[in-house]
Amino acid sequence: MSDLTVTPLPVPEPPAEGFTRREALILGLFALAGAATTSGCSSDQKAMDEFVQKHFKDLSPEELKTVLARMEKNLTKKYGKPVTVSATPAMEGVLFGYALDLSRCIGCRRCVYGCVDENNQSRDPQTHYITVLEMDKEKGVDLQDANAYYDHETVPAEGKFYMPVSCQQCENSPCSKVCPVGATWKEPDGIVVIDYNWCIGCRSCIAACPYGARRFNWGEPNIPADELNPVTEYLGNRPRPRGVVEKCTWCLHRVRKGLYPKCVEVCPVGARKFGNLLDPDSEIRYIIENKRVFILKEELNTQPKFFYYYGL
Amino acid sequence: MLRKVSNFVTGTARMAFLGGNKLYYAWLGLLAFCIVQGLFAYAQQFEHGLIVTHMRDSVSWGFYIGNFTFLVGVAAAAVLLVIPAYVYDWKPIKEVALFGEMLAVASIVMCLLFVMVDMGHPERFWHLIPGLGHMNLPSSIMAWDSLVLNIYLLVNLSVASYLVYCAYYGIHYNHKIVVPLVIFSIPMAISIHTVTAFLYNGMASRPYWNSAILAPRFIASAFCSGPALLLILFQILRKVSAFEIKDEAIHKVAELMSYAMGFNLFLFGAEVFKEYYSNTHHLVHYQYLFAGLHGKPSPIALYAWMSLIFAVVSFLLFLIPKTRRMPLTMNIGCVLIYMSVYIEKGIALIIPGFTPDQLGQVYEYVPSATELRIAAGVFGIGFLLFTLMVKVSVVILFEREQGPAHA
Repeated sequence: MSDLTVTPLPVPEPPAEGFTRREALILGLFALAGAATTSGCSSDQKAMDEFVQKHFKDLSPEELKTVLARMEKNLTKKYGKPVTVSATPAMEGVLFGYALDLSRCIGCRRCVYGCVDENNQSRDPQTHYITVLEMDKEKGVDLQDANAYYDHETVPAEGKFYMPVSCQQCENSPCSKVCPVGATWKEPDGIVVIDYNWCIGCRSCIAACPYGARRFNWGEPNIPADELNPVTEYLGNRPRPRGVVEKCTWCLHRVRKGLYPKCVEVCPVGARKFGNLLDPDSEIRYIIENKRVFILKEELNTQPKFFYYYGL
Repeated sequence: MLRKVSNFVTGTARMAFLGGNKLYYAWLGLLAFCIVQGLFAYAQQFEHGLIVTHMRDSVSWGFYIGNFTFLVGVAAAAVLLVIPAYVYDWKPIKEVALFGEMLAVASIVMCLLFVMVDMGHPERFWHLIPGLGHMNLPSSIMAWDSLVLNIYLLVNLSVASYLVYCAYYGIHYNHKIVVPLVIFSIPMAISIHTVTAFLYNGMASRPYWNSAILAPRFIASAFCSGPALLLILFQILRKVSAFEIKDEAIHKVAELMSYAMGFNLFLFGAEVFKEYYSNTHHLVHYQYLFAGLHGKPSPIALYAWMSLIFAVVSFLLFLIPKTRRMPLTMNIGCVLIYMSVYIEKGIALIIPGFTPDQLGQVYEYVPSATELRIAAGVFGIGFLLFTLMVKVSVVILFEREQGPAHA
């Protein structure tokens, strides 16, 4: 599944005793609301810990450690194998960028399923981060005439070309702008992330995203234990709960360790390119400087860091 | 003081539930049924998640948010009655302004419930509480919306309950408290609907909503639907209780509604002209609304046409003084207006905004049975709340022997 080694599981720390003032306040509210919260949780303590958990950015380093340990413990128990949850920060001096060669893409959807395996998307109901659009060569890029549900024996089909679309990691991201609780934001390396434990599931971001890149967990996500990728990140590919939004993070758990995103790795025709936009010698910079690149829906001023080009 | 308040609570509770006729209890029973079946449906949604709705990633908001938007309009429309009553000191409407405020309270409660049932994690609502959570201000319109809606609820709830409380004890209300709050509630009413419109309006991803005319359209249509509900209510109350309202007041409200509907239709026409004449790709949403795409009829086209026809007919009924004053035609007009705006906000605003989606894909959304049942439950709660508040006020203001206090 993943070519990363599994780091040894840290010993989970016991939850802190007693409640802070803030927690007490929240608990009081909780009692007022009278909601028997967080369905599907085996233990009340786990539900309570999750309920009172702060926003990711408000967690102190100690609190973050406790949260990660709690998650590792719960996931290890749920999937019956050691699962790690890290919070690897962005690297200094890195701004990631992506380029996709439309003249090479054959529409095989290997990226789609490679991504699902790598990022622990739900298998049933099926969640995909990448939508591959089939379009007529005659008409060029025309979304109103695109078909995401093509189903041929073999690809590419005669007279068609393919345009995979996933999160464009906009510099000016409309999704994070509209989020009422700040549960999604752009990291210093340019990747837009979500705190799945803070997201209230209002789906404003899905409405605001011009690229159809965001996915909601309408039902309980399902991943067979033997297919789970156990190397996970808090803001990335850890298994998501029901009722929250998720999206492509350019395999944050890989790229922050110097690996390519899975889709880049599995693409059989080399249509996908990835690198550091701040590094003048990177392949991504070469493409932007030497090919005719374009971005999707340029007029919306979202400033995607995802570039399309015709390499051949 | 505490004793007075507790007396007031028990006294009004008695007024709310005792001394009604058979029809009143039948109505309460119907609402109770709606609520109970809604709770069962919600239990199902709570257990399985929002997958029991027909919303999906393509159409990620649906019937709940449509109803929410409609009810924000109803709540905002209370100002139509409050403005002439308090600003122009126009006596015939003054008494009915209280009912407008109560309607606002009930509507906002329904709004908040519709948002709650639409949330993937309703128990995380505290993330939106200022100071406790992490509100994304000033950039998130949704955060602003939750702020203004809650303030509006608080203001109207305080004014309405204070007025009823004073009337209950036959004391005159304190002008220094009521008047500033009422004046404050007027811009608040405009702002709740404007902010709600901006919620959609600000999304460049959805060309159907990304039009500067959206907020004015919201205000215009709200000024039709809210009063329509109140006019019907007043006539019912006049028949079955000692509630008094002059014909003059009813006709004045109906006249104001005709202007609002005329303006609403004009704005709609401006929108339709812009889309069809410029004939860009953005037209697809209107095509889905009124006809269908890729040769397939749209499941919402019938409703869209109904809404438009109802709007035109009711506009004419209210514009012509004769049909505006005739009870039968006026009531037909009220029902048509209410239905027209309900379809416009509940169906014709949200669904075409999402269809086709951002990548041109068409997912034909129609609400699931669970969505309809939960919506009926929420309406049950709102109407029950409104009914009880109205019943208490009517008893205090018009039927009780002692203390003929006027709000």
